[in-house]
Amino acid sequence: MEHLSEKDRERLALTGLEVGMQNRCGSFFQVDQKVIQTTCGAEGIEMLPIKVALEKYDWVKDYYWNAVPKDKDKYTQFVAKQENPQGLVVIAHEGVKVEMPLQACLFLREEPVQHVHNLFIAREGSEIHIISGCASSWQKEHGAHIGVTEIYVGKGAKVTSTMIHNWNPGISVFPRSATVVEEDGTFLSNYICMQPVNQVNMYPTARLVGKNAVARFSSIVVATPGSTLDLGSRTILAAEHTSTELITRAITTGGKVISRGHILGEKDNTRGHIECKGLILKDGIIHAIPEIEGTLTGTELSHEAAVGKIARHEIEYLMARGLSEEEATATIIRGFLDVKISGLPAVLQTQIDAAIDKAESGF
Amino acid sequence: MLDISDLHVSVDDTEVLHDINLHVGQGETHILMGPNGSGKSTLLKAIMGFGGYTITSGSIIFKGQNITGMPIHERARLGIGMMFQHPPAISGLKLGKLLTATSHMGEEAIEALAQSVNMEHFLSRDINVGFSGGEIKRSEVLQLKVQQPDFLMLDEPESGVDLENMNLMGKEIASLLEKDVHIVNRRRSGLIITHTGYILDYLEADQGHVLINGQIRCHGNPREILRVVKEKGYGECLRCKQM
Repeated sequence: MEHLSEKDRERLALTGLEVGMQNRCGSFFQVDQKVIQTTCGAEGIEMLPIKVALEKYDWVKDYYWNAVPKDKDKYTQFVAKQENPQGLVVIAHEGVKVEMPLQACLFLREEPVQHVHNLFIAREGSEIHIISGCASSWQKEHGAHIGVTEIYVGKGAKVTSTMIHNWNPGISVFPRSATVVEEDGTFLSNYICMQPVNQVNMYPTARLVGKNAVARFSSIVVATPGSTLDLGSRTILAAEHTSTELITRAITTGGKVISRGHILGEKDNTRGHIECKGLILKDGIIHAIPEIEGTLTGTELSHEAAVGKIARHEIEYLMARGLSEEEATATIIRGFLDVKISGLPAVLQTQIDAAIDKAESGF
Repeated sequence: MLDISDLHVSVDDTEVLHDINLHVGQGETHILMGPNGSGKSTLLKAIMGFGGYTITSGSIIFKGQNITGMPIHERARLGIGMMFQHPPAISGLKLGKLLTATSHMGEEAIEALAQSVNMEHFLSRDINVGFSGGEIKRSEVLQLKVQQPDFLMLDEPESGVDLENMNLMGKEIASLLEKDVHIVNRRRSGLIITHTGYILDYLEADQGHVLINGQIRCHGNPREILRVVKEKGYGECLRCKQM
C-alpha cells in the first residue's frame, strides 16, 4: 500500500477499500496481475488467491468454471486460457456468519489488461458480505478489466455482494458473473458506478435452484459524457417458491445507459419484479429493456420502467420551503438514488452513501 | 405585510389574472373565495413565484420589499409559506430529511412538532408517497410549523380532510396564524382559499375577497360573503361593484 500515491489511495477509498481495515474482517488486494495482500481475521472464513485455493481444497475445482461457462464469450475465453490465473476465493464454512464485510480490491495501474477469476463460496447456513472495489490509477488512461466471478450460495446461506467501480474515461470493463442459489439461500447484489468510464458491459445471472431461494439485484449508476454502461441482471426462477427483484436507478449527465433485465419464471409459485427508473439530467441516453418471461401458470412476473427529467414542480415545492434551486435539485437526486437495500450492514450503506455524495457534487 | 398592486398574470401567454389589488396587513387573515377556475390558486402561485406564472405588469411588495421578480426560495426565506393543495410525491425523499434540510431545528424539536400533528411515524416515509388526503394536509401543516413563515398562504386546507382531521387542522392553522395572541401583538398574516368556509369555524378572518374570472369582484366581511355565496351563488358577486 505504501507504494501507492495519495491520489490513488483516495480513489481506492471511494470504492470501499479501508487501508486500516477498521471495519473489515478480511482483505484481498490485487494490483494488475499481482496479489499484494490476502488476510482474513474471521474464524471460519477463508480468503485465498485462486491458485492457492485450488491446491488446498480438491473440491474447489467443482466450483471453478461451473456457474460461468468457459466459452460463454471472448472475455471468458480470454480468462480461461490464462496459464497464471489470478483472483480471489472466499470460502465461508458451514454455519459461519460474519456481519463485518470482507473487502476485495482490484486495482489497474500499469498493465493494459487486468484479468481476475473470483469464487465466492458460502456453504450451508453461512453468511458473508463482500465489498469489491475496482479502480484504476488516476494516471491510467487506457486499459481493460475482465473479471469472472462465480458465486455459490449454499442451503440457507446468505451472500451480499457489493461492487463499487471507480475507473477512468479510457477504461473498459467486462465483468462476467453468475450465481447459483440453493434452497432457502439469499443473494443480494449491489452495484455502484458513478464515475467516468469508457464502457462497462455486464449481465450477471442468478440461478435459483432450491426452494425459497431469493435474489435481489440493485444497481445505482451514473453515465457521464463518453461513458457507456451496458448493464443487466437476470434471474432464473428454477425452483418452486423462489423470488427475485431487479432494481435500477440510472442517471445520465450525457452518457449512455442500457438497463437490461430478464426474469425467467419456469416453476410454480415463483415471483419476480423488475424496476428501472432513469433520470436524464443532461441530454444522453437511458434505454431500459426489461424482459419478463413466464412458462407456466404458477409464476407471477412484473416490471415497471420510467425515464424522464426531474419534474419542475418538485423542485419548486422544495424551493417554497426555502431550498435554493441547486439544493432542491441535489435533494431530489439524492432521494432518487436512495434505493432501500435491505439487509445491508451499516458500513456498506455508509460506503454507498459516500459514493453517491461524491458523485452528487458533480451534478 | 403584503401589497399587491395592479397585478396582471399570464399563463401560456393567456392573461388569467387581471388588475389584482390586495392589501394584507400585519396580523390579518384574509379569505379568498371564488368559483372553480377563477384564478385563486394562480394568485397564490404567482405570489410564491412559481415558474409558468408570468407577471406582465404590476407589483408584489412583501415587508416593504419588491419581490415581483424574486426566486421562490428567497421569498420563502423572507417569510412566505404555502400549504399546497396537491403537493408532489417525491420518492426517496424522507419527510424528516426535508424538515432537517429546511430548518435549523434539531431532530428532537422536529420530532416533537411531528407528534403534535400525529406525523411522527411519517418522518421516515417518502414525502407524500402513498399519503392519504388527511396525511398530506398534516404533512403540509408540519412543514409550515417547522418553517415558521410570517405570511401563510393556504390553498383549500379543508379539501379531502375528514372531520377529525379538520378539527386538528383548524386548530393548528389558527395557532400558526397566532390567533391565540392578542390582535395588537399578532405578527403573522394569512391568505386562505376556501370553498366551504369550514376553516372559519376555527379562526376569525378579517377580510374576504371574491375572485371571479381573474378579477377580484368584492371585498368585505368574510362571514357575510360566505353567507351571500351560500344563499345566492357567485352570480350575486358578479353584480356587485368592484371596490
